[in-house]
Amino acid sequence: MNHAVERVVVAEDAHVAKPARAAEQPHAEGQQHPIRIYLLIWVLLFLFSVCSYLIDYFDLQGVLRWGLIITFMLLKAGFIVGIFMHMAWERLALKMAILLPPIALLVLIGLMAIEGDYTFLTRLSAYVTGH
Amino acid sequence: MANHVIVDDTVHRGVDEGPTTLDAVKTGLRGVAADYASDKQAFPVPWGKAMMWIFLLSDTFIFTCFLTSYMNVRISTTVPWPSPSKVFALDIGGVSVPLLLIAIMTMILITSSGTMAMAVNYGYRRNRANTTALLLITAAFGATFVGMQAFEWTKLIIEGVRPWANPMGAAQFGSSFFMITGFHGLHVSAGVVYLTVVALRVWNGFYDRKGSYETVEIAGLYWHFVDLVWVFIFAFFYLW
Repeated sequence: MNHAVERVVVAEDAHVAKPARAAEQPHAEGQQHPIRIYLLIWVLLFLFSVCSYLIDYFDLQGVLRWGLIITFMLLKAGFIVGIFMHMAWERLALKMAILLPPIALLVLIGLMAIEGDYTFLTRLSAYVTGH
Repeated sequence: MANHVIVDDTVHRGVDEGPTTLDAVKTGLRGVAADYASDKQAFPVPWGKAMMWIFLLSDTFIFTCFLTSYMNVRISTTVPWPSPSKVFALDIGGVSVPLLLIAIMTMILITSSGTMAMAVNYGYRRNRANTTALLLITAAFGATFVGMQAFEWTKLIIEGVRPWANPMGAAQFGSSFFMITGFHGLHVSAGVVYLTVVALRVWNGFYDRKGSYETVEIAGLYWHFVDLVWVFIFAFFYLW
C-alpha cells in the first residue's frame, strides 16, 4: 500500500511541474486500484439490493425485517463509502474528519424517536381520557 | 515545502500496515496527530476533494434531518401509514408486483455508481474515450432515474397524494415523500448536469492540459454520495 506515499508526493509537487510529472508517471496520481475490485463491489451491491428487495417481496415482518433492512443498508453504505468513494485508502485524519461528525446525528435520531413516542402517547392518553 | 512532508516516519504509513490492530491504531493516531499538528496542509489530498468531502458531510446532515423528521412523524401519527410495498407496486401482465418500480430505480442507481467508479479509474489511466463514454453512460442512467421518479410522482399525484394530504392514510406520508424524494431527485438532476460538464471537459482534453484527472474523482464522490443517500431512503422510506 504505497498510495499514501504517492499521494503525498504528488500533492506537494502539484504546483511545481504536475503536467510533466504526470506524463512521465501516469500511475503516480490519485486513487488507483485494480478494476477487479470495483467489479466485485458492484456485484456485491447488486446482490445486497436484490436481498433487500426480497425482504419486501417475501413480506418478512418484525425484528427479522428491520434487522435485515439495516444489515443490508449498512453493508451497501460501507462498500460505497469505503471502496467506491475510496475512504478505505484515505489517511486516518481525513477519515476522522468526515466519519466522526455524523455520530452527532445519532443523538438527534435518538431524541426525535423519544419525542415521536411522547407525541403519540400524549395523543393516546388524550383519546382515552377525553382531555 | 517538501521538507515539511517528512515530519515523522508514520506520516507515510497507512493504518493497514501495522502488524497488530493495536499497533495499527497507534500508528494511525500518530499519523492523525502529525497531520493536524504539523505546520502543513492537514489533508494530503487535492483541495477540491477535501472541499467535496466537507460539502457531502453537510449534505449528510441535511438528509439525516429529513429522514429523522420522517421517522418522527411516522412514529407520532395516529393515522395508519400507507404500505409503500403496495403504493409503489407495478402491474406486470395483470399481476401486481410489490415495490417493483423502486427496485428498478435502485438497480439503475447502483449500475450508474459502478460505471462512475470505472470512469474514475479510466480517467487516472488517461483513457479519454473510455472516461467520457462511462461518464455519459452514468449521466444517462441518472437521467433515467429522474425520469422514473417523475413517473412515480405523476402516479401519486394522480392518486391524490399532496404534500398536505394523502387519501391512503397519514397525510405526513405525502409531505415526507415529496420532500425526501424531491430533494434527492434534485441532487441526481444536478449530478447529471455536473457529470455531463465533466465528460465534455474530459473529451476536449481540458484535464490533460491541466495535468490532472482528480476532478473526475471529485465528481465521482458526489455521484456515489447520491447513490449512498438512496440506499438510506430505500431502506427507511420504501422498505421499513
